[in-house]
Amino acid sequence: MAEVKQKKEMRKPIETGAPDGFQYMHPTMRKNFGQWKWHDHPRPGVLRHAANSGDEIWTVRAGTQRILDVFTLRTLCDIGDKFADGFVRFTIRSNIEYMVKDASKVEPLIEALEKEGFVVGGTKNSVAMISHTQGWLHCDIPGTDASGVVKAMMDELIDEFKNNDMPNRVHMTTSCCQINCGGQGDIAINIQHTKPPKINHDLVSNVCERPSVVARCPVAAIRPAMVNGKASLEVDEKKCICCGACFPPCPPMQINDPEHSKLAIWVGGNHSNARSKPTFQKLVAAGIPNNPPRWPEATAIVKRILKKYKEDGKDWERINDWIERIGWPRFFELTELPFTKYHIDNWRGGRKTLNSSTYIRF
Amino acid sequence: MKKHDTPMLDELENGPWPSFISGIKKLRDTHPEKRINEMTNDLLGQLEHSYETRKGYWKGGTVSVYGYGGGIIPRFSEVGDAFPKSKEFHTLRVQPPAGNFYTTDILRKMADSWEKYGSGLVTFHGQTGNIMFIGSTSEATQHFFDEINEYGFDLGGAGPCVRTAMSCVGAGRCEMSNINEHKAHRLLVNNFIDDMHRPALPYKFKFKVSGCANDCMNSIERADMSIIGTWRDDIKIDQEEFKKYVDSKGRKHVIDNIVTRCPTNAISLNDDDTVTIDNKNCVKCMHCLNVIPKAFHPGDDKGATVLMGGKRTLKIGDLMGTVIVPFMKLETQEDWDKLVEIAEESIDFWADNALEHERCGEMIERIGLVNFLEGIGIEVDPNMVGNPRESSYFRGDGWDGEAVKWYERADAADKDSA
Repeated sequence: MAEVKQKKEMRKPIETGAPDGFQYMHPTMRKNFGQWKWHDHPRPGVLRHAANSGDEIWTVRAGTQRILDVFTLRTLCDIGDKFADGFVRFTIRSNIEYMVKDASKVEPLIEALEKEGFVVGGTKNSVAMISHTQGWLHCDIPGTDASGVVKAMMDELIDEFKNNDMPNRVHMTTSCCQINCGGQGDIAINIQHTKPPKINHDLVSNVCERPSVVARCPVAAIRPAMVNGKASLEVDEKKCICCGACFPPCPPMQINDPEHSKLAIWVGGNHSNARSKPTFQKLVAAGIPNNPPRWPEATAIVKRILKKYKEDGKDWERINDWIERIGWPRFFELTELPFTKYHIDNWRGGRKTLNSSTYIRF
Repeated sequence: MKKHDTPMLDELENGPWPSFISGIKKLRDTHPEKRINEMTNDLLGQLEHSYETRKGYWKGGTVSVYGYGGGIIPRFSEVGDAFPKSKEFHTLRVQPPAGNFYTTDILRKMADSWEKYGSGLVTFHGQTGNIMFIGSTSEATQHFFDEINEYGFDLGGAGPCVRTAMSCVGAGRCEMSNINEHKAHRLLVNNFIDDMHRPALPYKFKFKVSGCANDCMNSIERADMSIIGTWRDDIKIDQEEFKKYVDSKGRKHVIDNIVTRCPTNAISLNDDDTVTIDNKNCVKCMHCLNVIPKAFHPGDDKGATVLMGGKRTLKIGDLMGTVIVPFMKLETQEDWDKLVEIAEESIDFWADNALEHERCGEMIERIGLVNFLEGIGIEVDPNMVGNPRESSYFRGDGWDGEAVKWYERADAADKDSA
């Protein structure tokens, strides 16, 4: 009887899916939907879009800490109510954007945002906000933190976010494991494990569905085994590439290691089709210590790469375009990063990444 | 309440960029709800412990709301004895409005609901495209969901299911937009809402919609099905604006930054400082429109290119999406139905043929694009390849029949356009 009553009280979900954004859109944007004509970029962090009707909408973009507490969220709303028209949106890189119809509102809005510690910028050829995920704050498999790395790096790159001094935009990402939730980037800072998982054989048979763990391994290095009389799994450590793919389905196969989980830096990932087809990021540095709370070693390398790109890149060249022009030997020379055997791809299809020509710059 | 010492996290309160640690501390120190003070205090304690030991201490589990099988990322602490008030710290993935538009009113409403039940921490948005409400007990997830569900918000995807989709600002503000991105986003994802809320697919399946080839939603590299706006008639040129640009920047700048950057050498700077575009060879890469948005505009015959199979590393390595529909109109009801049908056919075929934990692109890699196309009823097209086959290892005894099909399709297309 009690069970029946319990069931009656459960509320059935309303399966509405993704809400219609139109109801939350600035009226000027609703009115001119699909009727925009051009945009320009009056100053860093500000975009002006003009419609066929003659209407204009001004956008002010600001970086935040991304993990927002409700106080900060309300502060952002207060600014929206007082200095903008009460309409906002968020970019794919978690910046907030305020849209206003009236150009005279732009400067007071910027002032209000900056007064509250938000950072206006992130448009056009700036270093955009680093896209990242959860890390130690919330993930179940992280090798490092995400928000902390981003905070530490953005502290150092803030001027590049606020200005437009780069040859083209720079999209950076961080990821706490090789699943790479942060995504491809012009510069990506990702965990790279360097030792095989440490297996707690007492737990494997209770926690893990062994066949799916075996199937998950990209190099078939895992096989079922009896260890100390218990059904468990073993890893062929010579084959293991330390990718950590076994860890999510089988937490007793601990891949994270305070010492041996390192950071690697990848460059040249570009999602856009502009000028050339989209590209994946390429390894440039690894073995970098995972060093909280400020990860200075990783930040130093990122800054070095950015400095050379800024000096040597031509207008509109993304990092991948820049390296395509100057060649990889010159990239390693300029950035003073070592080129090692690990840079040569030996994964399937990797041979296509080798130089099969006489194109060599001297 | 004894506050945990957080010397390492305190370091992240220094420096000019806004600090998430300061935000969490504000919840700990000044929020009127004791529950939130205690929860965020223990969260900081556990996070500091992670910083000290360089390890994570969350594990997954099973938490859901009534009627759904997914949408919540369960987190139970492995060090819950030391940090009991945050030992259950689940995230609710909530689908954003298409295009990520909000009023301050709706954001305040969400903040009010969230502090009633959760930790007070939220992200707009996670890399999955969801609003991430971070930090709820198992019990509170249902109450919070019930409340926001009443005012129009629904959970997103987690696990082997159709995931929350993403779309760019699109026609709402951008002159580069070629389709109604938000309509595509909602039409696709809401059609599969059952497959989102009740995970039963081989693995995740993501839709992302970008209004042009700049692909701000990163769809080619991150979506199983990528819809990208494009056009197939001539690019529109405002010669007066172009001349003004040449005048202000100089010819060298125009040659270096526009003419020579065109991937198909389709741009010529004329002697009178006007521009000619070889439209037959323009691939709609967007570069020249990005440089002079006042001079170049998308054409009028707009539509979308559809690609399939993008994903990141695990398990077989990174894959980009590949073209399965070079161009389709997205205007009439029939056009939209066709888009949904392609998605349905693809997901059905993938669900029937994929291995466990195999993304759509990985399946295509394993069985070959042709088998996939035959499975979903789409004919081959040279726009689907970068170049034709290089390997001579194929059995071609069906060649004559396939060649006839090609000519028949070409004839039919001619009749259609006549």
